[in-house]
Amino acid sequence: MKVLVPVKRVVDYNVKVRVKSDQTGVDIANVKMSMNPFDEIAVEEATRLKEKGVATEIVAVSCGVAQCQETLRTAMAIGADRAILVETQEELQPLAVAKLLKALADKEQPQLVILGKQAIDDDANQTGQMLAALLDWPQATFASKVELGDGKATVTREVDGGLETVSLTLPAIVTTDLRLNEPRYVTLPNIMKAKKKPLETVKPEDLGVDVTPRLKTLKVSEPPARQAGVKVADVAELVDKLKNEAKVV
Amino acid sequence: MAILVVAEHDNAHLRGATLNTITAAQRLGGEVHVLVAGAGVGGAAQAAAQVAGVAKVLSADGAALAEGLAENVAAQVLALAQGYSHILFPATAYGKNVAPRVAAKLDVAQISDIVGIESADTFERPIYAGNAIATVQSADATKVITVRTTAFDAAAATGGSAPVESVPAVADSGKSSFVGREVAKSDRPELTAAKAVVSGGRGMGSAENFKLLEPLADKLGAAMGASRAAVDAGYAPNDWQVGQTGKIVAPQLYVAVGISGAIQHLAGMKDSKVIVAINKDAEAPIFGVADYGLVADLFTAVPELTKAL
Repeated sequence: MKVLVPVKRVVDYNVKVRVKSDQTGVDIANVKMSMNPFDEIAVEEATRLKEKGVATEIVAVSCGVAQCQETLRTAMAIGADRAILVETQEELQPLAVAKLLKALADKEQPQLVILGKQAIDDDANQTGQMLAALLDWPQATFASKVELGDGKATVTREVDGGLETVSLTLPAIVTTDLRLNEPRYVTLPNIMKAKKKPLETVKPEDLGVDVTPRLKTLKVSEPPARQAGVKVADVAELVDKLKNEAKVV
Repeated sequence: MAILVVAEHDNAHLRGATLNTITAAQRLGGEVHVLVAGAGVGGAAQAAAQVAGVAKVLSADGAALAEGLAENVAAQVLALAQGYSHILFPATAYGKNVAPRVAAKLDVAQISDIVGIESADTFERPIYAGNAIATVQSADATKVITVRTTAFDAAAATGGSAPVESVPAVADSGKSSFVGREVAKSDRPELTAAKAVVSGGRGMGSAENFKLLEPLADKLGAAMGASRAAVDAGYAPNDWQVGQTGKIVAPQLYVAVGISGAIQHLAGMKDSKVIVAINKDAEAPIFGVADYGLVADLFTAVPELTKAL
């Protein structure tokens, strides 16, 4: 079974981004970039499926600037067999990415597409569901457990208040939640091996997809700052403040 | 044009998040219709009809909609989408699951997790874990939106008397099926709707120690929460997670115990009315957002606080 794993290059989760003074966006010049953590979980899950003999080939895909090649090399160091970069300088919004991925899914014919539930830059939480809709495939979002067999995927999902299990007829889309697995550390020999794995580059035009952004960002601003309060000396003072000043207890 | 709100409900009752979403819809200017899609939805449809400001309730009642499968619910929304300028979902696990399917099929961008409405086509939404707010404008014919429920007050649950109209329910997609659900049983209020939240972090040290927070939560009538670090360490269940990728909460009182205050956690709770932090590290970033900070060993301070309340 072939598994397609889309991965996104994002600002590393440890970086606190700054809004640009002209309010055109956040300043991402010279900040550390990494693979979206949820996508890393997706690559790990695909790799485990291959190690179990369920998956036969893992194809990592990224959409964006040329530097996304680094993200794809990381995916191949974890376990992807080959990679495809859809290279463009254009700002890519989730609907455009879903259309690019649909074009690649039509070509590659995977049985499973597994990707992160959300990217930690735009926090949109859309791409997987949109891809499922465009392909007319079933979906299981926010997965914490995935089992494959008999042409079906049985997926446990993290939902509000607990867990839900659904069964999907393959081909299907799964989006990952944090507890699905803990991605392995990438070893140096695997990084070296990943450099030799094939990486193909295509353009959105080659796939016949118009990626023009649909949403126009008018401005990006700092959130209203919360003022730091006071330190209290002890529990008695805390209780006094809560009762008499904040009046919340 | 009218605005469609897709209700989250358990067939008998509306979930609270639906009321906040209705308030957001009312701010857009236009008749607000509410779709209640499920099986045996009489109770939830009646509840929706009573919400102040709702002009019409659409009730789609069918077996395929019983468990809220995304494929079927999205198809139901699409069957009704024509004629609506905006389609709103609460930004909950339910809404996030279904909304993008609807947007993609309509070939429109989705605007996720809105926290502000500037006009009928311009919205504010947080990006980068709430470290920046983007103002975005949509030129699409239909705006598909998920609403961050903590950013909008709940609409009054009574005072309305909208007609309930039955609409044909869609057939099952045949591609997905519901297997089961494990709902965590708790006498406590639901995390995102609670008036008070007591959250623990890595500083709790163990799942066993987390129990120390229970008497405090009992006293405050609070829901229990946790930081991602505590969830990752296995101290607390995942559905307690407050933060960028977990739940977004804004209670009257948020008590953070042994939580350092990573930006991903702050993203989930910084809109709380009053924040209390208890941490032995005086330099912890959580003190930068706390109204009241207590630098103390939580293992003595928490029982003392519980007793004093």
